Amino acid sequence: MIAYLPHTEEDIKTMLVAAGINDIEQLFADIPRELVLSKPLEIPEGLSEFEVYRRMQALAAGNRVEPVSFLGCGSYQHIIPSAVAHVLSRSEFSTSYTPYQAEMSQGILQGIFEFQTMICELTGMEVANASLYDGHTAASEAAVLALNSVRHSDTILYSSTLHPFTRQVLKTHFSNLPVHLEEVPADNGTTDLEQLVERLRPGVAGVVLQSPNNLGYIEDLSGLADRVHENGSLLIVSANPLSLGLLKSPGEWGADIAVGDTQPLGLPSYFGGPSVGYITATEKLLRKMPGRIAGQSLDREGTRAFLLTLQAREQHIKRERATSNICSNQALAALATTVYLASLGRRGIREVAEQNLHKAHYLHGRLLKETPVLALHNRQFFNEFPVVLPKKVAEVLSGMEESGFFAGVELHCLDPLMPEEALLIAVTERRTREEMDRYVEAMKEALS
Amino acid sequence: MEIPKDLKYAKTHEWVRVEGDVAYIGISDYAQEELGDIVYVEMPAAGDSYQKNEEAATVESVKAASAIYTPVAGTIKEINPELENAPESINQKPYQAFIFAIQFSDASGLDELLDAESYQKHVEQEKAGH
Repeated sequence: MIAYLPHTEEDIKTMLVAAGINDIEQLFADIPRELVLSKPLEIPEGLSEFEVYRRMQALAAGNRVEPVSFLGCGSYQHIIPSAVAHVLSRSEFSTSYTPYQAEMSQGILQGIFEFQTMICELTGMEVANASLYDGHTAASEAAVLALNSVRHSDTILYSSTLHPFTRQVLKTHFSNLPVHLEEVPADNGTTDLEQLVERLRPGVAGVVLQSPNNLGYIEDLSGLADRVHENGSLLIVSANPLSLGLLKSPGEWGADIAVGDTQPLGLPSYFGGPSVGYITATEKLLRKMPGRIAGQSLDREGTRAFLLTLQAREQHIKRERATSNICSNQALAALATTVYLASLGRRGIREVAEQNLHKAHYLHGRLLKETPVLALHNRQFFNEFPVVLPKKVAEVLSGMEESGFFAGVELHCLDPLMPEEALLIAVTERRTREEMDRYVEAMKEALS
Repeated sequence: MEIPKDLKYAKTHEWVRVEGDVAYIGISDYAQEELGDIVYVEMPAAGDSYQKNEEAATVESVKAASAIYTPVAGTIKEINPELENAPESINQKPYQAFIFAIQFSDASGLDELLDAESYQKHVEQEKAGH
């Protein structure tokens, strides 16, 4: 194999003379001898295209993709219209990096603009940015936004019913900053709002809740926004955007910031990513939004045109005072969400959400009636619910897989405080009645 | 570059006009020129208290966002409402377009401000440093 050095011997000599040295090695004089690699890397010989193809096929054959998936807890298997892959595979979108000469890329800016508009409509909020990495980082950016907006604040209250990854990202993000993170406990599966309100005090920048929460339960946030605002703090609500086709939106709850992950809207689970984080807020917080915002205007001929209108917190504007390191977005993945939402429309989203709700409740009802599983709590849920098995989840999963099912997510492995018998089962519109009926039979057998 | 004699200046390029126990704060002609077209001013809220040399406002241009510091501790008495819709007034008439007025209890910060002549020197030094 050739080394990937584009220069000829002659080029190299010329450059060495200009640099006043005799040998390329001299350029590395500052690197301690013991750290310099003195022999070639031990990597195998190159393979031909066909050999690579055959090897990759063999590896891919090892994947287990046949089982019917009831996995969720943040990443779900939904139906994705073929229009999504079609638009995404267009090279104008799939090969472009973040638009540096932004207004040259009208198509990308329009895609971002449409994304922002639809996310605002779905969440009932006023401003959205071009997207963030994922729902978990979006939650920590929302916390930063709150800390930057509420004067003399240094505390974030968050619910223990946030997805464990969100809690971990919050902890990591603020681990070396003078910010207090305070976890509010749950009461029977949903946030203990009495405890939360008791903890409101000067210095609290924001309160972060998730609904549907990590157990799939719907949080009742009635009256909470007023209590939070009376304290001068901001209410941050994280929501599965698909659930908003049916449930009360963060805007209706009176949230100041809404965040979440758009994986349920047009993105497969892949191997855990990429997905897309969304962040939306009230107009009052516009100037403190992280990332970038695309806007709509007119060009000099009076035709509709799009522009990158705000990047108020980014490093090239705020310089050393930048408050966010998010300078990019998930443009291509966000485009998948945009095409998905545009394909379904307002009624389509509602219908998908309804199907999720009804199917999940169908399976929930049958499991509780016909098998020895019990509900973990008695709470309202959207498209996933936790049950308690009569034995450890780990002992049941492989049997269910043999029967052709990914039975659900073992909650204990995400959160050690959860019992080892707790299984989170997600049911999307993609699951058929026949699949759910077979699931019930398989569960009976696995527990017998 | 205009540097009115009747004002005081901070090294961070704010101008200060004192009326009784109230200090009006804006940014100098030199500062507005360096920043370029100003597109947004983030202002404090009337009634908020600030420490001496604390950031109380942000002036954002197409090039950069700069912090505006209050030279004295006190309570915000008023803000310039004109700047909400016309932030470019700072470019057009920097010494009329105050950003906020702060009522101070302790005047000690004022002693540290520069007069017009010293500020002129400071600006020239800064220019030379560029």
